[in-house]
Amino acid sequence: MKPDALLYPAPKGLYCEIGDFYIDPVQPVDRALITHGHSDHARAGHGQVLATRETLDIMRIRYGDGFCGTSQAVALGQTIVVNGVEVRFHPAGHVLGSAQISVAAKGTHIVVSGDYKRRRDPTCLPFEPVPCDVFITEATFGLPVFHHPDDRAEMHKLLTSLKQFPERTHVVGAYALGKAQRVIALLREQGYDRPIYIHGALQKLCDYYRGEGIDLGEIRPATLAADEKQDFAGTVVIGPPAAFADRWARRFVDPLAIFASGWMMIRQRAKQRGVELPLVISDHCDWPELTQTIREVGPSEVWVTHGREEALVRWCELEGIAARPLHLVGYDDEGE
Amino acid sequence: MKAFAELLDRLVLTPQRNAKIRLLADYFRAAPDPDRGYALAAIAGTLSLATVKPAMIRDLLLERMDEVLFRYSYDYVGDLAETVSLVWEPPAGVAPSDIRLSDAIETLQATGRANVRSVVRDMLDRLDTSARFAFLKLVTGGLRIGVSAKLAKQALAEMGGKDVSEIETLWHGLAPPYSPLFQWLAGEAGKPVLSTPAVFHSVMLATPVGEGDLDELDPRDFAAEWKWDGIRVQLANIGGTRRLYSRSGDEISGAFPDVLEAADFSGIIDGELLVGGTARTNRATRTFSDLQQRLNRKTVSRKMLDEYPAFIRAYDVLFSGETDVRAEGFLARRALLSDLVERASPQHFDLSPLVPFSSWEELDRLRSDPPDPVIEGIMLKRLDSPYTAGRAKGPWFKWKRAPFNVDAVLMYAQRGHGKRSSYYSDFTFGVWTEIDGAETLVPVGKAYFGFTDAELEILDRFVRDNTTERFGPVRAVRAAPDFGFVVEVAFEGLNRSTRHKSGVAMRFPRIARLRQDKLPREADRLDTLQAMIESRS
Repeated sequence: MKPDALLYPAPKGLYCEIGDFYIDPVQPVDRALITHGHSDHARAGHGQVLATRETLDIMRIRYGDGFCGTSQAVALGQTIVVNGVEVRFHPAGHVLGSAQISVAAKGTHIVVSGDYKRRRDPTCLPFEPVPCDVFITEATFGLPVFHHPDDRAEMHKLLTSLKQFPERTHVVGAYALGKAQRVIALLREQGYDRPIYIHGALQKLCDYYRGEGIDLGEIRPATLAADEKQDFAGTVVIGPPAAFADRWARRFVDPLAIFASGWMMIRQRAKQRGVELPLVISDHCDWPELTQTIREVGPSEVWVTHGREEALVRWCELEGIAARPLHLVGYDDEGE
Repeated sequence: MKAFAELLDRLVLTPQRNAKIRLLADYFRAAPDPDRGYALAAIAGTLSLATVKPAMIRDLLLERMDEVLFRYSYDYVGDLAETVSLVWEPPAGVAPSDIRLSDAIETLQATGRANVRSVVRDMLDRLDTSARFAFLKLVTGGLRIGVSAKLAKQALAEMGGKDVSEIETLWHGLAPPYSPLFQWLAGEAGKPVLSTPAVFHSVMLATPVGEGDLDELDPRDFAAEWKWDGIRVQLANIGGTRRLYSRSGDEISGAFPDVLEAADFSGIIDGELLVGGTARTNRATRTFSDLQQRLNRKTVSRKMLDEYPAFIRAYDVLFSGETDVRAEGFLARRALLSDLVERASPQHFDLSPLVPFSSWEELDRLRSDPPDPVIEGIMLKRLDSPYTAGRAKGPWFKWKRAPFNVDAVLMYAQRGHGKRSSYYSDFTFGVWTEIDGAETLVPVGKAYFGFTDAELEILDRFVRDNTTERFGPVRAVRAAPDFGFVVEVAFEGLNRSTRHKSGVAMRFPRIARLRQDKLPREADRLDTLQAMIESRS
């Protein structure tokens, strides 16, 4: 069958008509397959949800027990059949529990990558290339300008700054799911063994990661009792990026603003946000990784979703690979 | 190049002066000669390097990149050097291998026009992303990293534990890559001895008159002079070499050939650079706005010289002929200066007049109502004071006239940096004017100090509770005739400005008081500010 008879973009998200399910729908639907726990992909209010156990746990932590009607945990590599459509989940390397979803019927095979990355990440399983007819790729960093540097060199910048400015609080903005835990794990790998302080919004997810066997070292809440006079000088504090513009940040002495994100590759972006120390640490592929992945997967057609579709489509065109943008709406291509 | 590139990356994003100094000083300590000397030259603007046109860089890139993909990338990033540094991909097999900053610069300096293209291409292939950016900024001219030569000198002083005046004094006798300077600062060699004449000598500065400072002092021990609103300069003519320096030791000779040509006396004098006529030609001194027409130019046209003639109002003399007279008392030096000015060109030099007074109260009255609009206050100099570099408290005081004040309405606020990164602490304010028949606020200035911590809490709360729009880190706040926040803004002067919509620009604006007792409709009007400019020109 033709690929766009198997899967096509509908107002609520990517829809499989034969199987009667959506993948990462942006509005409540009867049956949803979810790639990973980020809130623009995993929303509350669906009837039935199929996802990895970790993704279901993360949704429960974020939205509470009633986040959906019924849920079904799908093991990686296991084949399940939904109304005659074969569905399999494969690791995507994006955050803990993240998966690509492979959909096959009547001899046509499509892989929805969700968000993915190719770098080593101590907090999740690595991406696994799955040969297919159509590969649906994200394009968050789909421009030739994005070449993410080595994580270790970026963490080294933070450690150098801690030595150079020991009187300042090093406040790192990092998204609560995935990025924050990865930054902590990377710091630990570099031998940083002092306590790391976190914003309250990160607590439950950090606890969950630890419960899953990921070593984050000693973590303390960045809160003060009424009579406490601690000033956090020389410490590392991690919180959601928005918290730094907030009154919350006032408890820190002379804070040095840091942001861990793939966007930090662009100086003007860093400057605009008032970031003094940008750390280019991304949970998405950079340009060489996107193009390398397409070559490796070797699909006969590429569909490009959220991000900078036009550049990746252009690249495919130059490489002689059929490609088109999907124009899915509702995904946050800035949140990273 | 790597260490230099990292330094630039940090400096661009570091707003605090002290943090910049620390980053620079740490770099100067760690980097070897001659790399650190070239880095210093690049930052202080003393590096001579034939620059490469941006069009050539673009061409080099398009040799190996699809033009459509380049356009998407450039549109997204917005800066050519940054775009190229990010998208550049070395050919397969070329591994990054750092090039020393000094090697890169010396290679470029030795490369002829014909070979530039291939030399630049080769270096772009070898450098990593961040070093590529630094390299492209170097070769296309203009680092734009928010570091002045003055700040770089401060960092040198910090590195070597010296006083910045020592660095300033040496500065013009030295050239890139400054190895003797760094060896001295690192304690590995003695202080460099200069052979070139007409070198800048650090200027003597005054401290402001503070509360009660004059109570214990006898007016008879002091001379008073007007404090003129131009720029403080040092003019040297030693051994036939003439140079004009700004207060911080930057050479500005190129912009003032008229003054230099007229300086046919031998010695070094200290004075105020102004435009207009000297007292000796009985013509008026013109405003700082007029002087600005002559500043920051490399060359100056005949027309400029005619329309904005420059002159020096002499305050002091450091060298009379070849003799250092800085150890003499103020009165002795003034007698020498008076002689010197008497013999110099009447169109280009006059002597700053003394202001007779017998009590501090009398001087205070003169200060508040000076006889010339280009006067910004009074200088007090101890009669027996020698000329000493720097700002010691006691021998010289400055006593400024009261600032101007207007009531303005808060329009925009931006988050601060460092300690203030969670506060909206940079404020843009406006005054009323009529545009197309409607009462409208136009921005007239921006201030980020003057208020207390407690007042900042109040301002910050107002901004957060009354935001109407957000533009990145900037918030627009409610500002209507009957609702908004009025602040009293103090400033030292007004210039005409073509850059600001209002046509005026304030000098040293700060928030003097919060006027929660006033409604925005009661704030000042643009006419009031325009009248302030008129009255001064």
